[in-house]
Order: sequence, then C-alpha cells, then structure tokens
Amino acid sequence: MTDIGHNVSLSERARRIRRNALRMGEVQGQGYIAQALGVADVLAVSYFHATNFRPEDPEWDGRDRFLLSIGHYAIALYAALIEAKIIPEDELETYGTDESRLPMSGMAAYTPGMEITGGSLGHGLGIAVGMCLALKRKSSKSFVYNLFSDGELDEGSTWEAAMSAGSYKLDNLIGIVDVNQMQADGPSLGVMNFEPLAPKFESFGWFVQRVDGNDIEALVEAFDAARYHDEEQPRLIICDTKMAKGVPFLEARERNHFLRVEPHEWAEALKIIEAGAIA
Amino acid sequence: MRRSKYIRPVHLLDSGDGPRLTTSAMIASIAGPDQPTKAAPFGHTLAAIAEGNPRIVGLSADLAKYTDLHIFRAAHPDRFYQMGMAEQLLMMAAAGMAREGFQPWVTTYAVFASRRAYDFICLAIAEETLDVKIVCALPGLTTGYGPSHQATEDIAMFRGMPNLTIIDPCDAHEIEQAVPVIAAHKGPVYMRLLRGNVPLVLDEYGYQFELGKAKLLRDGRDTLIISSGLMTMRALEAARELQRDGVDAAVLHVPTIKPLDEATILAEGRKGGRLVVVAENHTIIGGLGEAVAATLMRSDVRPAAFRQIALPDQFLEAGALPTLHEQYGLSTGKVVSAIKGWLSE
Repeated sequence: MTDIGHNVSLSERARRIRRNALRMGEVQGQGYIAQALGVADVLAVSYFHATNFRPEDPEWDGRDRFLLSIGHYAIALYAALIEAKIIPEDELETYGTDESRLPMSGMAAYTPGMEITGGSLGHGLGIAVGMCLALKRKSSKSFVYNLFSDGELDEGSTWEAAMSAGSYKLDNLIGIVDVNQMQADGPSLGVMNFEPLAPKFESFGWFVQRVDGNDIEALVEAFDAARYHDEEQPRLIICDTKMAKGVPFLEARERNHFLRVEPHEWAEALKIIEAGAIA
Repeated sequence: MRRSKYIRPVHLLDSGDGPRLTTSAMIASIAGPDQPTKAAPFGHTLAAIAEGNPRIVGLSADLAKYTDLHIFRAAHPDRFYQMGMAEQLLMMAAAGMAREGFQPWVTTYAVFASRRAYDFICLAIAEETLDVKIVCALPGLTTGYGPSHQATEDIAMFRGMPNLTIIDPCDAHEIEQAVPVIAAHKGPVYMRLLRGNVPLVLDEYGYQFELGKAKLLRDGRDTLIISSGLMTMRALEAARELQRDGVDAAVLHVPTIKPLDEATILAEGRKGGRLVVVAENHTIIGGLGEAVAATLMRSDVRPAAFRQIALPDQFLEAGALPTLHEQYGLSTGKVVSAIKGWLSE
C-alpha cells in the first residue's frame, strides 16, 4: 500500500496543495490559481480527513467518490491528488502541456483520480445523484462528494439535481460549494444573486452547514457532521473561501477569476508558501 | 400557407363539407387502419431482457407511460427511477449510474433529449463512452402537436456527437430485435422509439436487425429507395404501388444511421442507372439523406439521379398526422408521386 505519510497536519497538507498548484501555474505561466489557493483548505480536509481512497488503486470500489464539477479547478485537484500520491509528483511539470495527463480542464479519461469530466458547468451534482442512487443499489457505504462553485448555482441543472437529491433522501451525497464570490464576469452576487443560499437548499430537504472554507478546524467539524449526520437527507457544506488565500499580494488583486501573474511573481508566491512549511 | 392568429379561419366556420380530421392524440399510433400492430414492443422487450441482466435500470423524466417504459416499471419496480420532468438531470443521473456499472435505459421525447439535454448527453455520457441507452418517442413527424413536440432535427444534432450510435427502427419487429442487440453493445446509443400500437411490417421479409447493417428488403431495376424508420414502411408500400405501374423499386433499409453502413450503400449505389431516393422522417438537413449523399460523393459514385424525401426546413404545423404526412410528403401516395415525377424528368 502506498504510504501517503502520517502525522502530517491538515494545514501542512493544505500548504503543500498550494505549493503544488503554484508550481503548476509557474510551468504554464497561467491558470486558475486564485481558485486553487482559495479551495486548498477544503481539498486538504476532503482528501486527508474525510475521504477513503487507495492511492495505488484510484478506482477501488470501496472508495469515496470525489467529483470535481468545476473543470477549471483541475489545477487545484491535481495539486491534492499529487499530495495524495494518486498522481506522481514529477508529472506536475507536465501540467497543461501537449500529451500531459494533466490538462487545463479536468477530464476523467486522462487523469487518475479524476472521477468525471467537468467544465461544462452544472453537471457534477446530477452525476453525483446518479452515483448515489447506484451506490445504494449496490449497498455500498461509500460517500459521493461533489465540489461545485457558486457560479454553478446559476445553472438550472444544479437545481434539478438538488431537488432530486432531496426527493430521494440521498444521505450518501455531500455537496461542497466553494463560495469565493468571483465569476468570469465579476463578483458572484452581482452576476446572479443566489442568496440566501442555505435556506434554499434546506427547503429542498438538505442538511446544510456554512463555514469559513479557509478554517481547517471548522471544515473538519463540518465534514464530520456531514458524514455522521443521522437524518436521511443529502448534506451540503457551503464553504466561504477567499480567492488566492495564502499569498497576500495575490489576494489583494480584484480581477482574479483568471488571475494574471507575472513571471517573477510565481517564485515570489512560492517563497511565501514555502515559508509557511512545517519543519 | 402557415395559419396566423391575425386571420380568422372563416372557411372552417361555415363549411358544409363535413367533419375535418383533428389533431391526433399524443399517444396516437402511426399504424394504418387495417395494419397489423404489436403493443409496446420496446417496453415488453426491455422488461424481458432485464430478467437476466441485473445491470439494466430504467429512468424516466415523467414520461414512462408515453415511452412504454411503464411496462418495465411494472415488471421491475425497484429498478425504475423517476427523475421528474428534468431531462438534464435524467442524463446526468444516467451517467452517474453507468459510472457505477449499471446500464441505464432512459426515455423521454426526442425533442427534449436533443434540444434540451444535448450538452448533458454529449459531455456526461458520450465523451466518456458510457453505457447509456437513450430511447426517445415522437421522432420526426409522429405527433400533430406542432414544433414543441416534433423532433424534426434530432438526427442532425446527434450525428455530430462522437461515440454515439444512432438507431431509427422501422417497426415493432425491428424494435424487438434491436433492444437486446443494443443492450449487448457497450456504449451510448440513441434510439428513436415508435410506441403504443406499433406497426408490424418487417416480419414478412424474414428481416433480422444487425447493428450497423443496412438490409436490402427488395430489389429493383429502376429506382433504389434508401430509408430508415417509419419511412421504410412507406417505401415498401410505395414500391408495391409502383410495381403495379411497372416501376421496379428496390428498398434498402438503413436502421443504423451512425455508424453508417457505407459499404452496402456504396455497393447498391454502384448498381448503375438507378434513381436513388433517400426517404426519412426528418428534416432534409443533416439526416440520412445528406449522410448517403456524402458517402456516395466521397467514393465518386454517381447514381442516375439523387433525390430526397424529407421534411422541409421549417417548423411544421399542428394537425392530424395523416393530414401532415400528406402535406409534407411522407405519405405513401406522396412518395409514389414524387418518385414517378423524378423518373419522368
């Protein structure tokens, strides 16, 4: 069995996920790095606290499924999958290059550990519903996580899926919304006001929690509550995150959906993240 | 002329010329008055093969009864999933179930699968070559409810989708044969469905459905009719009528639109001196006709002439199916007169 390291704190996992993402961004000179830095803590808790997986066998039937609905967050998930030793670390340098297994937008056929092809936004939650129904047919105890974005709340298909999950009382479904308040055209609530969000899902029959998505302890508590909640209903964790979290000079930039990072800034950002390393 | 809300149809109000046909019910059969039919061949066949295949599950978007999936539901209630009137969800959920090893058979109307759920079939199912079977009622002009329900361009849309197999069966006999073959085929399939009391035609021809194969149902020297779906039934009827007038018509049935049986089409097309007519229950744009034309042209095969019987590039009218088939040229009589006209050109 692959050793993914023990006694590594979740905050150190998150730091390494940020580092891996920045290194990929540096290779390409571009990428959805603000989202990756923002969601790193959520991924750290998801993979290294709340998800059962076998690094050497990413398709092990007993695994918890982790779906990335937001295809352009692939850089973030690769960073986590590298830390989880599902993707070898040396492939990091191939990110976004021709023939790489790590394309810019997530593709199930290319990448170990990538459960679905995301990117046409609003697909993940519905696919998760189908997987949850199927897992129940198989009497599986696995959970299905679906990581989606606040922008995907604009898609009607997300709400078709949300309603059906409530209707089928899918207690093996855990939705994770990354509310980073930024979409392609600007701040999310200005693009389309999806608030009040928690009551919307609650009225659809979901068990909803809302946490600071950059607070590891709060995330651990929320994931535990979601997994061990004893009502027959789907679970949602709304994670309020900060774009570019952990790199102050990038956090300060306003137009950060597709963050422009100058060549010398990648190394600068990496230095900041490396400085946080736990010896 | 298309009717208009600005023109009062006074001719209907003071007409002394007896009752007119009315719009056929949604579940109307396309069978002629004395035609032999079989009830719900899809639903019964799927229910039967599911007995021995636990991977099969059925999903509907509030149209089980109208797609004959209610037969499956009655036989296997625990394997039926109601996804509500939500076609995007229908396709996503099917993708999720297929990822977990099941073989979902999803049904809705062809308009909704094609126009409404295209992206979800494309990315969630076809791109991953998932084993999902999409079976859709009301293909082409098989309802009088107007453009909201008439899937006149479904094949044009789906032909552009990689990995997807497209089937347009002719009758109950073919549906019964095709369902187990499709189940045994690994990968996504779109099948146009004839539901309810479905005409029985091909049993007389000793026909056997084979995925990806076109079948010559009758040979003829003067014209070759290449057809799919219910237009094969019309082509066979037209060929019999033409025979009485001394016109010898061959009928090549092409139930698999994609992948197209190019070898058979080319072999038949090369038998020189014949008018080639492609007849399809679909818009003239992007369907079997254009697929056959491109196949012939790519191989420099030049029939004596090439013509298409298809629906016009229009949103069609509402009305009784016999009226509409006559109006848009799909009736047997219109097929016969079109072919006679082309032969005398």
